[in-house]
Amino acid sequence: MAGKIVLSHHNIDFQKQIEKISGEKITSCDQCGVCSGSCPFTDEMEITPSTMMKMSQLGLPEVMEANSIWICASCFNCMARCPRGLDLSKVAEALRQISLRQAVDSITIENIDKEEAARLPSIALVGAFRKLTG
Amino acid sequence: MENDKTETVKIPYFPGCTLKTTAKNFEQSALRSMEKLGVEMVELPKWNCCGTVSSLASDDLMKHLAPVRDFIRVEEMNNTGLVDNEYRMLTLCSMCFNTLKQTNIRVTSSPEDLQSVNQFMYLEKDYEGKVDVTHLFELLDSMGFDTIAERVVRSLDGLKIAPYYGCLLLRPKSVGIDNPENPSIIERFISSLGGSPVMNWEAKSRCCGSYHTVDNKAIVIKSVKGIIENAREFGAETIITSCPLCAFNLDNRQEDIMKEFPDFDPMPVFYFTQLLGLALGLGDEVLGLDDNCIDPRPLLKRSGLYE
Repeated sequence: MAGKIVLSHHNIDFQKQIEKISGEKITSCDQCGVCSGSCPFTDEMEITPSTMMKMSQLGLPEVMEANSIWICASCFNCMARCPRGLDLSKVAEALRQISLRQAVDSITIENIDKEEAARLPSIALVGAFRKLTG
Repeated sequence: MENDKTETVKIPYFPGCTLKTTAKNFEQSALRSMEKLGVEMVELPKWNCCGTVSSLASDDLMKHLAPVRDFIRVEEMNNTGLVDNEYRMLTLCSMCFNTLKQTNIRVTSSPEDLQSVNQFMYLEKDYEGKVDVTHLFELLDSMGFDTIAERVVRSLDGLKIAPYYGCLLLRPKSVGIDNPENPSIIERFISSLGGSPVMNWEAKSRCCGSYHTVDNKAIVIKSVKGIIENAREFGAETIITSCPLCAFNLDNRQEDIMKEFPDFDPMPVFYFTQLLGLALGLGDEVLGLDDNCIDPRPLLKRSGLYE
């Protein structure tokens, strides 16, 4: 007999929040795994992009604890290849935003080496602060 | 500069922050090369930072204000006669190009968003949606690579050059300047200068690690090492890019790689405009080769392209 996954209100609210910020219909992901195979940084991630999608579909807040959402640098490779036309870059951005909007930064500015900071291109610094601070 | 064959075309030019700081050699080589090709790049008056990375959240239109302000500058340039009916907004930096174009697509495809942005910036004239964000590669392609080939005075004969697209020239598809899976524009550019483009190398559009270079150097080093080694495996002697962040990661981070892997064989990295300028006969003072991290001059000397 087929089982049915029943989501709690809490899970549904979280799932809807991700869909609202990302603008992506995450429930249409088929879990084919092309995103995980295309991501250049899957090796560095605690959960793969497709797992991130599955957990988002189920509205599991634990997805926020994986480093994956912070490793994603929006290279759009998964998006270019997703057969369902989903933009995972937007889903990762939504998950980052959910955290950053609580005013929890994901980078410690004091830890940036001063000599390094002096020679880094401004687009590196502005990019990092836009992506990693709330 | 004198130009004997064609009339000079004036095009609005958006430099972005990095072209004025760590990538001055990119800007200088582009400005002077384009002069040679009959294009005057007219810098936008009072331009502001584009924001570097496009906001991908659906609910923060606020983060698209900066690019729209720059689009208004381009429309003003047309109204004040700085340029004549020229709404192409020329960019060199891949990040600026991508960020500006993503915003342009968003506001020109959503009248509601455009209205909100215009109402918010009530001290500015309304943005009318006329701007066409254009990357220099697209401009060169539209001028015809054959035409550029005719202007080459120092052919890059035999130089094996790997075209590095990175992410933001190609993706998302709606923004990209070529087919995201099988691009050819940079290969055609290289051929027009007489160089040999390295074909079908796997890492040509692989992410270098981008802004992680600020606080997670380790993953950038690993990524860049893979990219350089892949280029070398396919026979490359050098890599060209159009992104100052890719350039920093691919070029400067090789010093970090060498500390960790003493056997690592470094490879020079150029802005594509440095090789364009070289082929068009521009000199050292314009090319700014001193500012490249891995000195490219030994390679150029070996190839008979530098005295």
